Amino acid sequence: MAEKVLMKGNEAVAEAAIRAGCRLYFAYPITPQSELIEYMSRMMPKVDGNFVQAESEIAAINMVYGASGCGRRTMTSSSSPGISLKMEGISYLAGANLPAVIVNVQRGGPGLGDIQPAQGDYFQATKGGGHGDYRLIVLAPSTVQEFADMADLAFDLGDKYRNPVMILSDGLLGQMMEPVEFKPYKTEEELKQLDEQHFDWCMHPNEDEPNHHHHEINSLEIDPLILEQHVIKLGKKYDKITKNEIRYEKYNISDDNEVVVVAFGTAARIAKSAIDELQEAGTSIGMIRPITVWPYPYDAIKNVLHDKVKKVVVCELNLGQMVEDVKLAVNGKIPVEFLGKVGGILFTPDEIKAKILDKQGE
Amino acid sequence: MKTEIICSGFGGQGALTIGKFLAKAGMGEGLNVSWLPSYGPEMRGGTANVSAVISDKPIASPLVTYPDILIALNQPSIDKFGPDIKKNGLLIFNTDMCPHGIKRDDITIIKAPMNQIAKEIGSMMVLNMVAIGIVIGKTGIVKYETLENDLNGFLKKKNPELLEANLKAIKKGIEIGKK
Amino acid sequence: MEIIAQRPKSLTDIQFTYCPGCTHGISHRLIAEAIDELEMRNQMMGVAPVGCSVFAYKFFNFDMAEAAHGRAPAVATGMKRARPDMHVFTYQGDGDLAAIGTAEIIHAANRGENITVFFVNNAIYGMTGGQMAPTTLPGMKTSTSPYGRDEKDIGYPIQACELINSLRAPYFIERVSLLSPQDILKAKKVVKKALQFNKEERGFTFVEFVSTCPTNWGIEPVKALDWAKENMLPFFPLGNFRDRSLEGGE
Repeated sequence: MAEKVLMKGNEAVAEAAIRAGCRLYFAYPITPQSELIEYMSRMMPKVDGNFVQAESEIAAINMVYGASGCGRRTMTSSSSPGISLKMEGISYLAGANLPAVIVNVQRGGPGLGDIQPAQGDYFQATKGGGHGDYRLIVLAPSTVQEFADMADLAFDLGDKYRNPVMILSDGLLGQMMEPVEFKPYKTEEELKQLDEQHFDWCMHPNEDEPNHHHHEINSLEIDPLILEQHVIKLGKKYDKITKNEIRYEKYNISDDNEVVVVAFGTAARIAKSAIDELQEAGTSIGMIRPITVWPYPYDAIKNVLHDKVKKVVVCELNLGQMVEDVKLAVNGKIPVEFLGKVGGILFTPDEIKAKILDKQGE
Repeated sequence: MKTEIICSGFGGQGALTIGKFLAKAGMGEGLNVSWLPSYGPEMRGGTANVSAVISDKPIASPLVTYPDILIALNQPSIDKFGPDIKKNGLLIFNTDMCPHGIKRDDITIIKAPMNQIAKEIGSMMVLNMVAIGIVIGKTGIVKYETLENDLNGFLKKKNPELLEANLKAIKKGIEIGKK
Repeated sequence: MEIIAQRPKSLTDIQFTYCPGCTHGISHRLIAEAIDELEMRNQMMGVAPVGCSVFAYKFFNFDMAEAAHGRAPAVATGMKRARPDMHVFTYQGDGDLAAIGTAEIIHAANRGENITVFFVNNAIYGMTGGQMAPTTLPGMKTSTSPYGRDEKDIGYPIQACELINSLRAPYFIERVSLLSPQDILKAKKVVKKALQFNKEERGFTFVEFVSTCPTNWGIEPVKALDWAKENMLPFFPLGNFRDRSLEGGE
């Protein structure tokens, strides 16, 4: 077993990305993700990688586009306002079928907001953000270990589907330290395989005549009939991802559950404390924690709603975004209640308990 | 067993480091740990504080609202977090910077002139190590040897003098904690 | 039999979609010929812009990326750093480079990225139908400056070479024109020089083509050449702004 190290989420995800074979990273500083860019600036030269502090978030995501078009594992990261700036490039990445990893260490919004943990970018991450018909694979970690593991997973999924992948984290996971165990670094041989896996489409050196190739990295199809086919093909890819890649955690799910909580990321951690305390006091509460927030585990939620479950409680650090997906999953069968916290403030386990037990304000 | 700790002080007093060393030692002893700092503009000058949790079970919320232990290096830290200490909890504070203390009789209170002790040892940098010493002297939450090991790895080559001062400060703290 | 002229290998067989009298075809060909002559094609990558030359990714016969409007220098930065064993150029118009992509070009130049930027300046937005460009001349009428560009209201045309020449990192900066056969021959030499420096990894190289847009200017092609000579060249003087290979102690 590898040795555990105590590390901030921001640093752990950076280290894990390097171990996963990421050698190109472009970003712009912003709180609360700056440890990530600082870590990359320290480590990339040591692994023969490339780091550029870009002039803007927009430039950074376009550097990712160029490097990813060359078939290399590439990453950028930012926090909410910076992610908004990247949205143009994210749409282009999706349109050009390019893999890339984008880390969002969310903070309070809208606008400049504040720098404390929040989950207000759920809609942006899962429902669009950029223009056009596209989907991001969105992974939502809830521990530092999971944050790090997701770097590896995100690159694998990105390469498998040729699609951008977002890790939707927040200021708490970025700033907190927890013990992490890392996978080993990729070997030279593995790195070479990664580099060559996309040679059938990516930009790379040409062989001499007559094998000269002409690869285009492009999202433009001016002929509507061709664009139609292109977008239909994207849709089929998204269907495949939905079929294969839904991930979620069942926590304390049992036939005794009286209430089912749905929460992701940091909110789910706090909800777990509440659920544990209630369980000790004899009340059984289960939780579904979506790990992929796109594709979304609608069926997983639907399937735990047996007769004893009186209601579903959705806890989010926003005004109510994922709750819309939960309502789709529950489909009117039982009440869906919402507990939100905004401004970069976290709810306490007590507040969640009160919501579950209908004892708010007591 | 889960212990929830808040360490708090002025930026530069080393409150965050107290939490980090305790968490690191806990990890070294095979426990689950988390360390969650306040961040942002409070980094300098304000009340820098950190939630540290050490537990034999996986840690759900890393945010400590009602601490088992509060380590307060200055008065604003007591004012902010003192009322939230759990009943029968522990408050450790630095008398040199906490003139008013706290009025609670349902918690254990250990006070020590940490500035003065650090000065006597020879470096204000070890003020926070006195506090760590008091925690382990009183609660045994982690072992002295684990901390010594960590500090050795961290400082032995880089700054042996500071290492000695640190260990001295922890030992002094343990003495106070055991009283 | 000896072949003395043929289509450059660095161009595909696809026919250009440019208007009659447009100079894009000429600059494409100059670049393609130079790449062939320098034997760079197998390691060449290009970035196409948004603008009339948006389909340049189809015309050049090596790996090409299509960039978002103005972002070509950032895309090229990512490409060059991902494949340092290859050579990269961008091909950008005036709206792309000197308006929406100002930050990207300035910073790529300032980092001294090992890329070549070909900048086509025809003082107007072509693809969107003749709107005012950052290089539109004072008093010049366009579909968004119907009363003529009022420099008191909207400022003067941006002189890209001069702007980039204020930075320390760039290696080579030159403005050429495509307004006469002699100028085109001269331009070819400059294009080749820039790409030669690119091949040798000397740093950031920048070539501006003073060009025409007969369609959106509403002037016949041949007269457009004369109009450009008379009106554009005073504002955009031709010549070399920097050539570090000529400096001593290199």
